[in-house]
Amino acid sequence: MALEIQRERYRSKVGQVVLGATKEEGGTRSHTVTVGGESTLPFLHFEGEMPHRPVIALEITDMVPEWNPCFGEYYDDVFEDTAAWAKKCVDEYGADLVQIRLQSADPDLQDRSPEECAATVKKVLETVGVPLIVIGCGKAEKDNLIYPVVAEAAAGENLLLGVAEVENYKAITSSCMANLHNVIALSPIDINICKQLNILIAEMSMVMNGRIIIDPCMSALGYGIEYTYSIMERARLGALQGDRMLSMPMIGNIGHEVWRTKEANTPVEDAPGWGERAERAVLWEATTAMAFLQAGLDILVMRHPRAAALVRKNIDELMQDNSY
Amino acid sequence: MGLTGLEIFKHLPKTNCKECGFPTCLAFAMALASGKTSLDLCPYVTEEGKAALESASAPPIKLVKVGTGDHVLELGDETELFRHDKRFFHPTGVAVLISDTGDAAAEAAAFNELEFDRVGLHYVTDVVAVKCDSGDGAKFKAAVEAVAGKTEKAMILLCEDPALMEGAAAAVASRKPLLYAATADNYEKMVEIAKANECPLAVRGADLEKTAELVDKIVALDYKELVLDSGARETSQVLADLTQFRRGAIKKFRAFGYPSITFTTGEDPLDEIVQAGVFLSKYASIVVLKTAKQEHLLPLLSWRQNLYTDPQKPIAVEPGLYEVGEVNADSPVYCTTNFSLTYFIVEGEVENSRVPSYILSVDTGGISVLTAYADNKFSGEIIAKAMKEAGLEEKVNHKSIVLPGHVAVLQGALEEESGGWKVMVGPREAAGIPKFAKENFA
Repeated sequence: MALEIQRERYRSKVGQVVLGATKEEGGTRSHTVTVGGESTLPFLHFEGEMPHRPVIALEITDMVPEWNPCFGEYYDDVFEDTAAWAKKCVDEYGADLVQIRLQSADPDLQDRSPEECAATVKKVLETVGVPLIVIGCGKAEKDNLIYPVVAEAAAGENLLLGVAEVENYKAITSSCMANLHNVIALSPIDINICKQLNILIAEMSMVMNGRIIIDPCMSALGYGIEYTYSIMERARLGALQGDRMLSMPMIGNIGHEVWRTKEANTPVEDAPGWGERAERAVLWEATTAMAFLQAGLDILVMRHPRAAALVRKNIDELMQDNSY
Repeated sequence: MGLTGLEIFKHLPKTNCKECGFPTCLAFAMALASGKTSLDLCPYVTEEGKAALESASAPPIKLVKVGTGDHVLELGDETELFRHDKRFFHPTGVAVLISDTGDAAAEAAAFNELEFDRVGLHYVTDVVAVKCDSGDGAKFKAAVEAVAGKTEKAMILLCEDPALMEGAAAAVASRKPLLYAATADNYEKMVEIAKANECPLAVRGADLEKTAELVDKIVALDYKELVLDSGARETSQVLADLTQFRRGAIKKFRAFGYPSITFTTGEDPLDEIVQAGVFLSKYASIVVLKTAKQEHLLPLLSWRQNLYTDPQKPIAVEPGLYEVGEVNADSPVYCTTNFSLTYFIVEGEVENSRVPSYILSVDTGGISVLTAYADNKFSGEIIAKAMKEAGLEEKVNHKSIVLPGHVAVLQGALEEESGGWKVMVGPREAAGIPKFAKENFA
C-alpha cells in the first residue's frame, strides 16, 4: 500500500490578537506582538499555518517577592525597582513580553493605591519597549478599583490586562473597552465556563472582538497538569472546528504554578531520591511549558530565565518546517 | 477498532450449521463482535474470510513486548490521538543509553537504581539501551552481558552491523531485547537474527516513505515484531513523523501499525529532557536518553505518569489518618478529601508549615473538596464518621480539627455530628496552610 500523508483539514482557525501599540498606532511600544492564527494543531506545519510563534513573557512583581532564593542570582539587583527588573528581563533574558503582577496593592500586604499601581505601570512602559501584561493582586474588590485607573493611565498602549472571571468580569472588561486594551479571561479548567465567560465579555461590546485571551487555568507538572492539558486540546480542536467562543489564543501563568510545588523547592538533602534541586526545578518549569506548548499555548508566562531559555530553544526547533 | 457483527457476518459461511454452538451465523458474528467467542469455533470459514477478519479486527497498533518476567515492557496497542477521547494505554518506555566503550556494568547498576517515589507513586526507567560504539563484536557482547548481569529491566541493543549484532543478541536472547536496527542495507540479515532469537526488531528508514517500504519488505519475510523509526532526528520532523505513524495506524495503513522509537539529540541534558518530552507527549513508544541523572529523569517520568492516567478515573489515595512529621497527642488535625491531587497538595503544605500534624483523608470517592461537597460526599456526618473510624479521639487530646476554608459552611454541622469537637475553619487554598499553622499552632 502506498504511503498517504494524513492531513486534517480544519474548518476554521484560531483568532489573532495584537498586543502593544507603536507610536503610529497610538502607543509607545517599540514593536507589537501578534499571537494566534493557527490553522492546525501545534507545530504540524505539514498541514496548516502557525503564522506566529508562541511567545514567552517573564513575570515580575511590583514588590520584592517571596520567591525561592535561587532567583537572587538573577534579580537581586532589581527586585526593588520594577522598571529595572522589567528591563533586565527584556535585555538580558530575552523576554518577548513582561507580565507585571500588582502584588503590592493587596490590602493584606502594602495596600498600595490604584494611582500608585498606575505610576508603576507607566514607569515600566517608559523603560521597556515590549508590550506589557498587567495583572491585579488577586483580591477582586481591590482589583476592580485598580483596573480603570491603570487602563486609563496606559490608554493607547494596548495592554493585556487580567484577569476576568465569571464572577467578576465587568469592571475589567469596561476598563479594556474604554481604553482599548485586551483582556485575559480565566476559567477554572472547564470548557463550558470558558465559553460562557467569552460570551459574557463579547456581549459587553463589539470592541472586545479580537481582544480576548483565554487562560484555561494552569496547573503544574505533577499537580493536575493533565486536566489542563486535555481541556486545552479540546478547546483548540473546538476553535479549529469553528467554535468562535473557543477561538481565542491561550495564555498560561506557568512560573506561578510551578514554583509553588515541592519539586521546585525541596533541596536534595530533604528528598535524596529526586536529585539536585537546581536543575530539577528548572526542568519542572520547562517540562510544564513544553507540555502546554503541545496543547496549544500561545503566551507562556514563565519565571526562571534558564527555563525560559530552554523553552525558547524548544520553540525554535518546533517552528522548523516539517512539511512533506 | 473492532468490527461490527454485520461486517463479520459477511465473511462467515451463512449456513447456520450450529457447529459453533450458536443458533445462527449472525448470532455467532454478534458474539464475535463483542469478543465473547473465537473464530476458531467455525469449521467452515474460508481461508480468505479468516484472513480478512483477522486483518480487519487486528488492533491499529500491534502490541510488541520487550524484556521478560516482571520487567516486560509492553509497547503499542494504542487507539487514540487524544487522551481525552479515551486514554493512552501503554506508557512510553524511557530508556537510558550506555556505550560499550565505557564501564557498562557500573552504568547499568546505576541505571537499575533509577526509581522514584513522589505523591505516593513509584516511577521507574524501563529500558537500558546498550550501544556498540567500539566496532568490536567481542567488546559489544561483553558489554551487553555485563549490563544483563546488573539489571533485569528490558534491553535495547544498538548496532547496525549484523555480524556484531549476532553474537550479542544470542548472548541475551532469553531476555528478549529489542534489536536496533534493520535498515535498507542490512534488513535481511537482521530479520534472520531477530527470528533466530525471537527478539523484536526496530526498523529505521531514511524517511517516512522509505520506512513504510522497509516495513513491507520485512513483513514479506514474515516478521512482524517490529518497532518503527522514521530516521528523523530534528524535533519538529520527529513530531510530524510520529503524528503520521499514529494517524496512519488508526486509518489502518498497515506499515505504520507498530510502536515507535525515538532518540534525543540535545547535547545539554536539559535540552534533551524537553525534546524527549515532546516525543513522549506525541505518541513515541520509546524515548532513548543520554542523561541518567535523577533531577533530569524525575520531571520526564512525572509527565509520563500524568499523560497516561485514565481521564475517566479520579486518582484517589487510601482514605484514613496520615501522619506528617513526628506527631504526638497535641498535634493539630487537618481534614480533606481523598482526591490524590488535593491530598498531596495539602500534605505538601502541611509539611511546609513544619508543624507535625495529622491529615484525615475522608473517602469522597476520589473527588475534590468542592465537588464532593456539592455531591454531598463531604458532609458533617461523613467527616464525623471518618473521624470515628480513624480513632481520632484516642490519637489526640485536644478535640479540635481543621476544616478546608471552602466548606466553612460545614462548621456547625461537623461540630454537632462529631459530638462537640472544636471545628476550626482553615484557609481556602492549601497554600495558606503554613501561615495558618504559624498563627494557630506555633
